[in-house]
Order: sequence, then C-alpha cells, then structure tokens
Amino acid sequence: MHETQYKLVKCTINGRRVEKMVDVRASLTDMLRNDFSLNSVKKGCEVGECGACNVLIDGECFNSCIYLAIWADGKNIRTLEGLLGPNGELSDIQQAFIDETAVQCGFCTPGFIMTAVEILESGKEYTRDELRKLLSGHLCRCTGYENILNAVEKTMKRRLQKG
Amino acid sequence: MYDIKALYEAESVAHATELLLAHPEAKVIAGGSDVLIQMREGRLAGATLVSIYGLDELRGVTMEADGTIRIGSLTSFSHITKSPIIEEHIRVLGEAVDMVGGPQIRNIGTIGGNTCNGVTSADSASTLVAYDAIVELTGAEGKRLVPIREFYIKAGKVDLRPGEIETAILIPRESYEGCKGHYIKYAMRNAMDIATCGCSANVKLSADKKTIERARLAYGVAGPVPMRAPSAEAAANGKPISAETVEAFAKAALDDVNPRTSWRATKEFRLHLVEELARRALSEAIRLSGGEL
Amino acid sequence: MSGTVGKSEKRVDAFDKVTGRARYTDDLCPKDALVAKVLHSTIANGVVKKIDTSAAEQIEGVVKIVTCFDVPQYKFPTAGHPWSTDPHHQDVADRLLLTSRVRFYGDDVAAVVAENEVAAAQALRAIRVEYEEYPFVLDAEKAMEPGAPQLHENYPNNILAHTSIVKGDYEAAIQEPGLIRVEGWYDTPTVQHCHIENHICFAEMEGGRIVITSSTQIPHIVRRIVGQALGIPWGNVRVIKPYIGGGFGNKQDALYEPLCAYLTTQVGGRRVKLDVSREETFVSNRVRHAIRTHIISYVRPDGTFAARKMECFSNQGAYASHGHGIAAKGMGAFPQLYPCDNVQCDAYTVFTNRPVAGAMRGYGIPQAMFAGESHIEDVARALNMDPLQFRRKNMMPVGYVDGFSKNENYFDSLNQCIEKGMEYLDYERKMAEYAKETGPVRHGVGMAIFWYNTAVWPISLESSSCRMVLNQDGSIQLQMGETEIGQGADTAFAQMAAETLGIPFRNVHVVSAQDTDITPFGLGAYASRQTYIGGFAIKQTALMMKERILKYAYELTRMAPFEMDIVEGNIIRKNDGRVLMSLGELATEALYSLSHSEHITAESTYQIKTNAYSFGCSFAEVEVDIPLCKVKLLNIVNVHDCGRLINPALAEAQVHGGMSMAIGYGLSEQLLFDEKTGKPLNNNLLDYKLSTMMDHPDIAARFVENYEPTSAYGTKALGEPPACPGAPAIRNAILNATGVAINCAPITPHVLFARFKEEGLL
Repeated sequence: MHETQYKLVKCTINGRRVEKMVDVRASLTDMLRNDFSLNSVKKGCEVGECGACNVLIDGECFNSCIYLAIWADGKNIRTLEGLLGPNGELSDIQQAFIDETAVQCGFCTPGFIMTAVEILESGKEYTRDELRKLLSGHLCRCTGYENILNAVEKTMKRRLQKG
Repeated sequence: MYDIKALYEAESVAHATELLLAHPEAKVIAGGSDVLIQMREGRLAGATLVSIYGLDELRGVTMEADGTIRIGSLTSFSHITKSPIIEEHIRVLGEAVDMVGGPQIRNIGTIGGNTCNGVTSADSASTLVAYDAIVELTGAEGKRLVPIREFYIKAGKVDLRPGEIETAILIPRESYEGCKGHYIKYAMRNAMDIATCGCSANVKLSADKKTIERARLAYGVAGPVPMRAPSAEAAANGKPISAETVEAFAKAALDDVNPRTSWRATKEFRLHLVEELARRALSEAIRLSGGEL
Repeated sequence: MSGTVGKSEKRVDAFDKVTGRARYTDDLCPKDALVAKVLHSTIANGVVKKIDTSAAEQIEGVVKIVTCFDVPQYKFPTAGHPWSTDPHHQDVADRLLLTSRVRFYGDDVAAVVAENEVAAAQALRAIRVEYEEYPFVLDAEKAMEPGAPQLHENYPNNILAHTSIVKGDYEAAIQEPGLIRVEGWYDTPTVQHCHIENHICFAEMEGGRIVITSSTQIPHIVRRIVGQALGIPWGNVRVIKPYIGGGFGNKQDALYEPLCAYLTTQVGGRRVKLDVSREETFVSNRVRHAIRTHIISYVRPDGTFAARKMECFSNQGAYASHGHGIAAKGMGAFPQLYPCDNVQCDAYTVFTNRPVAGAMRGYGIPQAMFAGESHIEDVARALNMDPLQFRRKNMMPVGYVDGFSKNENYFDSLNQCIEKGMEYLDYERKMAEYAKETGPVRHGVGMAIFWYNTAVWPISLESSSCRMVLNQDGSIQLQMGETEIGQGADTAFAQMAAETLGIPFRNVHVVSAQDTDITPFGLGAYASRQTYIGGFAIKQTALMMKERILKYAYELTRMAPFEMDIVEGNIIRKNDGRVLMSLGELATEALYSLSHSEHITAESTYQIKTNAYSFGCSFAEVEVDIPLCKVKLLNIVNVHDCGRLINPALAEAQVHGGMSMAIGYGLSEQLLFDEKTGKPLNNNLLDYKLSTMMDHPDIAARFVENYEPTSAYGTKALGEPPACPGAPAIRNAILNATGVAINCAPITPHVLFARFKEEGLL
C-alpha cells in the first residue's frame, strides 16, 4: 500500500501567511487550486508550455504546473487574486486588459497579467520587441497577442510617466 | 499530482550525495523542467526523486581569485543572463541561455540541469563547449573537475558517478579573456522552442584586429552531443580576417559534424545550417571583437 | 434607440476574467470527483483481441475499468450540427463510446475511473491490450486506391462522400484556340485548434438523470448526442456549459461527454471528471481536414477565364464527424469567387487512419483559399498580368446571386476591401521596389481575397431562441442558446437587446452559462452565425417585450401604446419626448400591483431562412532570408466587410485572433505522423509550432461596413473569415519576393530549403 508522504509548507500567498500539509506529489498548481481555491491558476498543458498557470514566486514568474508544491516553503507567492485593492479596485494592468480589449476567452489572461506584473514591477522601460520576448512564455489562441501587448506597453508607459 | 514514488529533499551537497547513495534508483531533480515533464509523460512515472532545489549555496555567479568564473549549478538561466560578471566577461553565454524556452522556463531551468541531461540541443551547451568550460562534480570522494567536452558521453548520458551531483560550471580566465562570441539558435519559432541547430563561435583577435588569433566553434544538434569543430577552428586560427577565412571556416565545419535525419529536420538541412550558421556566427564574433570584414 | 450598437462597449465578462473569478468547468468541479482517463490505441488500424485489466484493477484507488467489450453498442454521430428529422440528412453515426475496431493511433479502447489522477494514470499503464494489426493509410488519395486498407463498411475506397458542381461544358470549352493552361496541386496540413483550455467535462447523476458540465460550444446538441450514445431519452440528460477557454470548432463536436456520462452510470452516479490532456487534445479530439486540391484553369490572353476545373481530396481521418461539409463548403467557394461559364468541381472526403477531422475556424475555406488564391496568383503570373488587376477583372461582381443559397453580392465589398488593404500596405510602391532586389535577403508583398458564407442555411436548420425577463429596476436578464466561447457573443447580444428595447447597455444582464434545463433552445457557437442568427431572435423577442411593457404602461399612464416608446430606460411620450416614468417604476408596479400583477417576460424562437456573404482580403509583407530558409512576416493586414460592426473593438480583437491562426497555418503549424506506425509525432505545444508573441509582427484589422440588408442588425460573418486569406497572402508574398511558388502549407524552413534547392537559389 502506498503511503502518502506529506510536508508542512509555510508560505505567504497573496500577502497572507499560510501553512498547509501538502502531498509531496502535488504541483504548485494543485496546491493553489485545490487547497486555496485560487482558480485563476489555469491548467492548459501541465508541462510548462502554455503559461496559463503562471504565478509570481519571490517576484519572478514560474509555471506552477512544473513547480513542486513543497518548494513553495518559505516563499512569497502571488496570483491574480492578489492584485485587487482592499475595496475590490482593479489594478492598472487589469484595467488595461479590459480597456485594450485584451481579453477574449480569458483562459490565458491570468498568466499573462502575472508576467506583466513582473515586467511592470521591474520599473524598467522596454521596447515593444523586448516586451514581446518577456511575454513570449504564454500562448494565446484568441487575441493574436496584439491587444495584450498594447495593454502591457501602455501600462508600462503610464507607470513610468507617473514615476 | 505527479506520480512520485518517494521524494527526498537534500539539505546540503553532502546530504544529496548520501541520499543518492542510499537510493541508487533515485533521479536528481533540480528545477524540474525536464524531470517533471518526463514524469508527466510516463517515462519517469513512479520514480524516486532527490530534490536539490533547496540548495541555495549552488546558486549564483562569482569570480574566483584566479579569474575563473564560477556558475553555481542551480543558477537559473535568467540569473545567468542578469549577472554582471557574465555580461562583462562572457556575454554570449547570457545571450544563449536567454533563448531557452520562454521567460518562466528561464526562471526555473538551471545550468546544471541543462548540462546533466546530456541533451545536444541544450542552448547553454554549445557555448560552454566553445569556451572549454569545466564541470565541477561533487560526490562522496569530494570534488572532481571534468572538461565539458569529456563530460558528454553519448546522447542523454554524462559522466556523473553514483552519488555525484554537478555543483558548478567553471570558465577559466584564459578562455574568456579578450574574447567575444556569438550564439545563433536556429529554431522553428522565436520563443518556446528547441534548437534545430545551435551554433556558438568566439574569437580572440590580434592587437591590430587584423588576424584571428584563436577561433572556437561548437554546435548543438550537429551530432548526438554538443561538439566542437576543430577543422573549422584550424581553418581560421592565425588567419587574416577576410571573407575567404570565414568561408574556409564555414566549409571546414562540415568535416566536424555528424547530424542525423529525424522528423524534426533532415541531415541535409542540418548540414546546410551548420555551414551557414558558422559563417554568420564567426562574422558576428569578429565584428563584436572590433574586427572588420 | 440607446445607441449602444456600434459602440465599443467593454465586454460584459471582462471584470470576471481579469480577476480570475470567471468559472470554467474545472473551477466548478468539486475536488472529490472521481477521475476518468481514457486508454488510447497504440496502433493505427486493427482490432482489439483482448484486454487484460487484472493488474490495473489491483492498483489502489482504481474504482472501475470499462473496456470496449463492456460499452453499449449504440452508434452515434458526433458533429455539432442541428439534428435532421430526415434520415438522409443526418450525420453519419459511426462512433461508439469505446471501440474494439480501432482506426487511428489514439482511438479509445478503454477507460479507467479512479479516486485520483495518479491511480488512474497508473492503471492505464497497467492495462494490457492485445491487438491484431491491419495495414493503415494516412493519405487521402492513397486511401482511395484499389487495395487500400478499408476503414468502414459501406464506404468503398474509403470515400465518405463525393459531390460535384458542374456548370457549362468544361471539356468543350477548353477546345477554344489560344487558351493558356495553368495547373497546380495545393496541399494544406492537418492542424489543431489549440484552445488554451483543453476539453474537460464532469458528469454525475441527479434524480435519475445525468447532469454533465462541459467545455463545449454546443450544449443543446451535446444533450441530444449523449442521449443517442447511451440510448436514453434526451430529456434525461442535462448539459451545463460555463465559460470555456476557447473552442474554434473543436468543441463543436461531442467529444468525451458521452463517455463521461456513461462512466457516471457505471459508478452509481458518482461524479466523474474527464480532463483531457494537451497530448490527447491534439490526437483524440478533432483536427482540421488536410485537403489536397488540384486546379486547372484555361485563360484567354486577355485575362478572362474560359474554363476551370478543381478537384479536392479531404482527409477525414478515422471517423465521419463533420464529414463532407468541410470539403463541400470549400468547393462551393470555387465557382462563386471567380465566376466562370464552364466549371467542373469534384470534392471527395476520404477516411484515413489519421485523427478525426471536424470543424475548425473557417470550415473548409482556409484550405480552399490557400489553393484558390495561390492558383489565381499563378495564373496572373502565367499571363504576365498584375495579380491584383487579374483578380479585380474576374472576381464576383456586384449583383451576383447564388442560386442555391440565394445570397446576393449587394455591394462592391471586395474592391473596397482591396483598396483599403493596398493603402495600408503601400502595396503598389513596395511591389515595384521589391521587384528590383536580387540579394540573399529579399522582400515581397502579396495578397489574397476570401469568400465566406454566414451560418448554415439552407444546408441545415437555422433557428435561435431568446428569453428576456424584466427586473424591478428596469434591467433585464437575457438568455440565449447561442454560446459565449471567448468571441464576445454575450456582449454583442447585450448591445443588440439594449438597442431594440431602448434600455442602457449596462441594464442587460446576460446569463452567460447555458443549462439545457433552463436555457432556451439554441444550436451554439459555429459558422460565424451567432450575431447574425441570434440577432433575429433578440430583435423579435425585444419587440415583443417592448410591446408588453408599453401595454402595461398604457394602464399606468393612459397614453396609447403606439404613442409611447422606451428610450434610455424610460417610458416616453413620442410627441413631446416627455419622460412619463422609468422602466424600473413600471416594472416594480407591474410585479407588486394589487390590481394587475404581471411578471413581464418575453421568449421567442425565430427561424432564419436567409444567409449573407462576407468578403475581404489580407495583404502581407515578408522578408525572406534565402540562405537561412527563413521567412519573417513584417506586416499583415486583414480587411473585412462583415456588415455593420456591433462592437468595433471586439470585432477588431477577434480578427486579430483569426489572423494569428492564419499566420500559423501559412508558416509553422502542422501535426506530423510517423509513416511507419501512424503515431503522431508532435502532439504537444512545444513541438507543434503555434505562434508565440515573438513570431508575429503587429497585426492590423480594418473594416468596410456595408449594412447587410438581410440582417436584423446589419451584421454578418465575422469570426472565421480572417482565418482564411492570411496563408495564401503570405505564400504569394514569398512568391513575389523570391520567384518561388510554394504550393503547400505550412511554408516551413524545411519546405523552403527543398524548394530553394530545386529552383537553384541555394
């Protein structure tokens, strides 16, 4: 009989300290969806090729499908659910996705937005081609990427002007 | 949920060795971007894993006292690219690993994993081979240094002994000093792809920038493992910078390689690329070094 | 009129989608569901002799294993077509839930239900299947040869269907002296939809009925097919369709809903989830038909056609699914786009041992436009005529009426679109400038036009139903059987409803999810039909609703209903524009009135017996690095007349997506098979080359808006057409850059290497 191996994972998810006994076989996608109901973390290929499950770990983007949940111990994890303000206000990048018509079926959207967050938080200005490269770990079949790129570029410019 | 039989987390390099000796059937998992995919496919289903992901001492790029660049085996591709040491001294390596997969893969994928999987298409490999990198392995008997050309045994197989893990990649000073290189990844897409052919060339020019003092050329996917092109190098070493030299270099590269036909590309097409990419990579390396063609 | 139609309103689902709150199938499935996985055949053709499940049954967590020898033997069709009560018009019923007669590598032979996915996967690996292998055939023309392996009884030479279009006398017409003959064979590949959410469904039993939640485009059709597959009354099946992560036609088929429904019945009605992997999606769902097309044109030196002939061979794969509809639609475009007095067309749809081909964005037209528009370019070259002028001379004229569909070309859309495209790309200047290039890196521009038919009438039924329910505050719920699959249908529906009813856009609450127990009957998302077809039902229902509201307003205001109107959510008196009351006040009074309480609702079905052409073009600009055998797409624009734009921003976004698919079709996407085993070689998102953000230039969408006179809101086919002209436009740009005509898609470096060598460029 197989004895399930567990590990206590303590981490911060969307600003909240949490602890969870996790099956060592779980991916971070499994943990975020099943244990924390963070349904923005989507499953599109489960082998790191589509980017739908992308989350921020200590400020960098990772496909959570090929990241073991136990590795999250001690880490700071952010998902799309963590972007809303305290009163439910949208962040600028979420609003930009709406304004630029960058959303269609919506399945790739959370992953793209989280990569955009990493890009925006770098505080750097990138060319359009550099942004293409930074966003190239996500596949989308609805938008041809055009409006997604516009949303990220416009938000970057707006933030830099403010700064 | 992965089909993992048992998972052991190493707390130190020595502990990793202990675990691997205690569980000889276990696979090492570093970033997981290969192992977990093979597990999902079924090839590694039911495997026992030893995770070295938590060994932060194996992360980072440093310069040793003698000028050797030390890249910890768990350093992610994106951290190699961002490293000021890499940018200053061996920029081509930073550029090469910046072509692996996509951004998320470059955040999880490690240079140790990229070399230990023994894959000919690895984007880091041809540049490491072209720069005579040394692989540092640590096991029960301590450290062992292996030139990367000898590290690759055959497709998918490297010179790792029981209980050993790769702990660093070392680039000696004489290898990178005064040297500029260029890597071309030829693939079917501009992102999220594996190389149809990878070509890394670097040169050291004479002080007057007229002569190639040393040229080095290495390929991925031109044979079962990443390989150097000695005939091509011989055709350029000590030669004046000229279109003829570049041409001779590119043509000679064909004598060094042994690509095969697979559903991904024919041998004939790969040979065509071997020559064309050599031409372009060398020309660009010369240009970066201040030479004029 | 609230003036919402024609405005770029924000999507009704945008907030939920950018916050991760939108619920897709897996998000709705409770975590304790049992997990089902399908065992696929590892041979391309043959029979299952024996299945040994004994080892698999021993695996802890395995609940149930069913094999092809256990399942009911009701053969069912899977295509997402409206049912036909005429047996001759029904889709071919050739599927079983699991089959012992396997016909492609990846066919379904057994299924495991387990407590978790690891146990289910382990069980699949532990099942031993003994096959008797037959020879197999992957190519459509080879499958038609005598002695080829036969896939199905009653289909000699594997021909599922063969239809023809004959006009005039081709053989006589080609005798005319002085004609120039141009002939070509054009190949298009097997490609896959690659929606980012794989197909997934879960089923459970409730009150003796089966409830299925599924990622589908066609919930009402799935209900019927599950009923057929299980041999149970259709009313015993309830299908719920939440948000879905794209479909593009793959989910216009019943995929694994019938099997999942069956499996829940085998485990006492417990909830069973069947979540298809990406690798399975490529092989064991549906693909686009690979079509090989042969075209011969006889042209006069003045650039007019004397006679034209085309034959096409459509690779159906192993089962009928959407079948001949695809090749037939493609063939239908041929005599219409460039009318000619003497035409002979033959379309064959042929079974092979490839994955099953079904519906995919464009439904035969991407294939037909690749062949047809490549050929037109070749003909213009043979005549030494400007390819654009040649098209303009021969393409469908204004006033053309198709005898079958009764579609009429009301406007000069093609020319108007071409003008815009030329201007956008600076086509003529670039054409002349690039012609001078001779180096290793060359540039070129090229274009292609397209023909598209909206919806499916008169081939099949077209109808739509709509329900509106008035709330106390004057807002409404809107329910449609037509589905939101990412394209923005819900938003367009809300805009049309608001427009006709006279209420603000924000006051229309679209019930996005379909539930066959609750939602009015509708056929679903396909054929670029929803805005056109749904528009009729919405308008009719909104007018009924308005009539009921104004009738009630008469009781409250004593004004004649015909002297009142609803504007911006208020009941107004038409003569002086005075606001008499708000719709909210009326609705509240109507619900709670002690003298006359009424819940004001409206529901109606409208059957559509019209159809509309949709036209346009793509222009592309490429850079070809000849020694590298690489094409860089520099610029691409699609210009499209889809009538009046209901929501310009959403329309533009949808066109971008179609263009992206066309770029992949032209340059990189292809599902490959091992010739020795029939095994798919690249059924994953790494090896199947779907464009990434780095593989596109900026893509541009432009429109010509001619109000479609047959349409309730002036609109017609939008979603699929932009997937059609991109690949031939790119092909023609490469031809103009290099002088090398490439007659197969995708035009990969491998193809360029071979062709450049043949032509002496390398």
